Amino acid sequence: MSVNITIDGLAVRADAGDTLVDVAADNGVYIPTLCYQRGRPCLGTCRVCSVRVNGNVMAACTVPVADGMEVEVNDPADMRKALVELLFAEGNHNCPSCEKSGRCELQVVGYEVGMMVSRFPYRFPLRDRETRPKKIWLENDRCIFCQRCVEFVRDRETGRRIFSIDHRGSRSRIVMDVALADRMSDQQVREAAELCPVGCILQKGLGYNDPIGRRRFEVRRLRQRVLEGEGQ
Amino acid sequence: MSGLQELMRRHGNDRARLIDMLLEIQREAGYVDDQAIQRLAEGLNLSPLEVRETISFYHFIHDRPPGRHTIWLADTVIARMNGYKEVRKALEEACGCVFGQVDASGSFGLFDTNCIGLSDQEPAMMVDDVVFTRLTPERVRRIVTGLRAGRSAQSLAAVKDRDPTDSDFAAQLASSAIRQRGPVFFSPDRDYPALVEKLVTLLPEELIARVVDSGLRGRGGAGFPTGLKWRLGREAEGAEKYVICNADEGEPGTFKDRVLLMESPEDVLLGMIMAGWALGARHGILYLRWEYGYLQARLQRLLEEWQQARLLGADILGQGFAFDIRIQKGAGAYVCGDETALIESCEGKRGTPRVKPPYPIEEGYLGMPTCVNNVETLAAASRILEKGASWFRALGAPESTGTRLLSVSGDCDRPGIYEIEWGVSLNKVLRMVGAVDPLAVQVSGPSGECVSVARDGERVFCYSDLSCNGSLMIFDRKRDLLEVVEEFTRFFVDESCGICVPCRAGGVDLLHKIRLVRAGRATRRDLDDIRQWGALMHATSRCGLGTTAAKPLLTTLDRFPERYEALLAPDEGPLLPSFDREAALEAHRHAHRILTEDASS
Repeated sequence: MSVNITIDGLAVRADAGDTLVDVAADNGVYIPTLCYQRGRPCLGTCRVCSVRVNGNVMAACTVPVADGMEVEVNDPADMRKALVELLFAEGNHNCPSCEKSGRCELQVVGYEVGMMVSRFPYRFPLRDRETRPKKIWLENDRCIFCQRCVEFVRDRETGRRIFSIDHRGSRSRIVMDVALADRMSDQQVREAAELCPVGCILQKGLGYNDPIGRRRFEVRRLRQRVLEGEGQ
Repeated sequence: MSGLQELMRRHGNDRARLIDMLLEIQREAGYVDDQAIQRLAEGLNLSPLEVRETISFYHFIHDRPPGRHTIWLADTVIARMNGYKEVRKALEEACGCVFGQVDASGSFGLFDTNCIGLSDQEPAMMVDDVVFTRLTPERVRRIVTGLRAGRSAQSLAAVKDRDPTDSDFAAQLASSAIRQRGPVFFSPDRDYPALVEKLVTLLPEELIARVVDSGLRGRGGAGFPTGLKWRLGREAEGAEKYVICNADEGEPGTFKDRVLLMESPEDVLLGMIMAGWALGARHGILYLRWEYGYLQARLQRLLEEWQQARLLGADILGQGFAFDIRIQKGAGAYVCGDETALIESCEGKRGTPRVKPPYPIEEGYLGMPTCVNNVETLAAASRILEKGASWFRALGAPESTGTRLLSVSGDCDRPGIYEIEWGVSLNKVLRMVGAVDPLAVQVSGPSGECVSVARDGERVFCYSDLSCNGSLMIFDRKRDLLEVVEEFTRFFVDESCGICVPCRAGGVDLLHKIRLVRAGRATRRDLDDIRQWGALMHATSRCGLGTTAAKPLLTTLDRFPERYEALLAPDEGPLLPSFDREAALEAHRHAHRILTEDASS
């Protein structure tokens, strides 16, 4: 069933039940996301896609469109920016020294929301990193706790989780099962590193391959990739 | 270790029963050791870290020895008004260790915990499997001396020779203090078999219509119409349906569900059977918070008695209606009061609130339609079955029918349970409970609002005004309101599940801000930050915890701005007031000391 909604006043037709963030992209409206990826189940953790729906702020990745919905993307823009700033202050993010720079979704979304500096006090947390697995390095300083790895990376044979959560609240950390990580194929390791929006999951023995100017989001911005699709 | 295989088998090797398994292991061994984690993981096809994921989420599951006697002292604002600090100090001295640790001999573990549902008799603590209330330094010293001499906590609480399945067992440990009775709750001598008989003569649709007609709304706080929820549950399609009673009464300051489960547990069971009948559900789960463990044996016995009387089970009263109830024990997480987090917890997982939609009434426990109702809602429903919808609707106010239970604590002469009709004013309640010179009232606990008695006294309890979830804490003029605010803000940081950014990260920043204010180093700019960051958390958080976590700050800023302004630092000179020069220079002094000492030796 098709429905009519408006996005910042723009009349849009969509299929009922489609996810708002996708519907917006299909109609040329970019809403940044850090946990959500089109085609995968919604995680609803980063809240960076927050927009106003019929007056209430909601994460656009969690909203199935319904007839008559009035969506404002422009209005809560400062809230989205604030959420990105919160992430920068919560972890240790040093773009110039990070091997994911130019390919990092947090960095590119930071540019998209116009962030210059975080309004929140930087915490400079001490976080342990996990370096034991043969092929993977977990740089927890940069983790934004999106849960992509927890939900979408499984041991191929047993279906068990390779990444999981330890503790709760502000003490929460992503941890990795070393034995299962060592069973990952090179291909699976590469996919896990690509799945990570930041430079937390790293493939050992690989880094700084792409020179400046040729890195993923330097060649083509995230906004374009979302609006026009990955294939050029 | 073959015991572990047997334990898993008893739970059907079902991952959804992981919390039950962990709690059972802990009951035997005191904690869940690494070997048990490995074996559970293997048996349930999980990685060991997945098992730890659940363990580390819950406050009361240990992965290291917590002491032969484990003591949990409730750290709440009400306890702090009644000698908590002295009791805490006495415990540390008597046990020979500080909080968060186990003493050198492994005899005592001292731990902090949030509200344990005894606000009208605090300070209070849990020791092993019992609770002690109205603590004084002298009393805790006596208790620790007794434990040291080899007596059990049960014996010290004078319940050693009592049967925990008896109805008066819990009353020995904690009092009920029902100060004002009303028409709906705690009615004596109800004929439950006759009421179940009456229930099954009604069509489910008739029952639902009756509950709709009564105007009953959810008593957990959100106020969703109960009859409508049951109707949606009836209409939802699923191979199975579930009814869950939310007895995870974690909101600080509330204890009315504990008293209902102590005094009238039958009302709650009957309400669950009604919901089962309405939905066409065969399974009920009573989710009992860990802190109410001393109620469990009695509830379990009641379930067995009702099964024997065929009020529960495969064929209720020979009418072909199958409905049974199991108790799911919680393990310590306030966020599990959120219905989707509670469902996750019932499935043996971390209590992380789900993304909505889908709502539980469509896809809940194990993906099936699930109706989650509060203890008080179900007890009220049981009276509607008996007395009719119009009887109930005649009580209370137009959009807020019936009565509600208030758990009253803080600065008043008669703390305890009050049944009030909706529509009563705050001032009237304050007079009723004997509040002396009240300044502020925290309505609905930290997640609610802090109101000013001077400004809000004539406001009334109803869903469109003071929509109280049952918690009412009173503070008089002598209280440091901002200490209360800091406590509540810390509570939310403690209890955040951490899944979403605004609550996980924003809560910590708000806690720093209120501490800055209380230290006299905040400026007006900090108050603006609090308002804006609080609004951000309110708007963008994933669940009710995050959306309300800033309310202690926001509502007191609104009602008592003078308390903040009196503490603001003058904004002058080259340094920000928030910059602590002494602390910043301390590291330099420390290094200097070491260097000069080195040089002189």
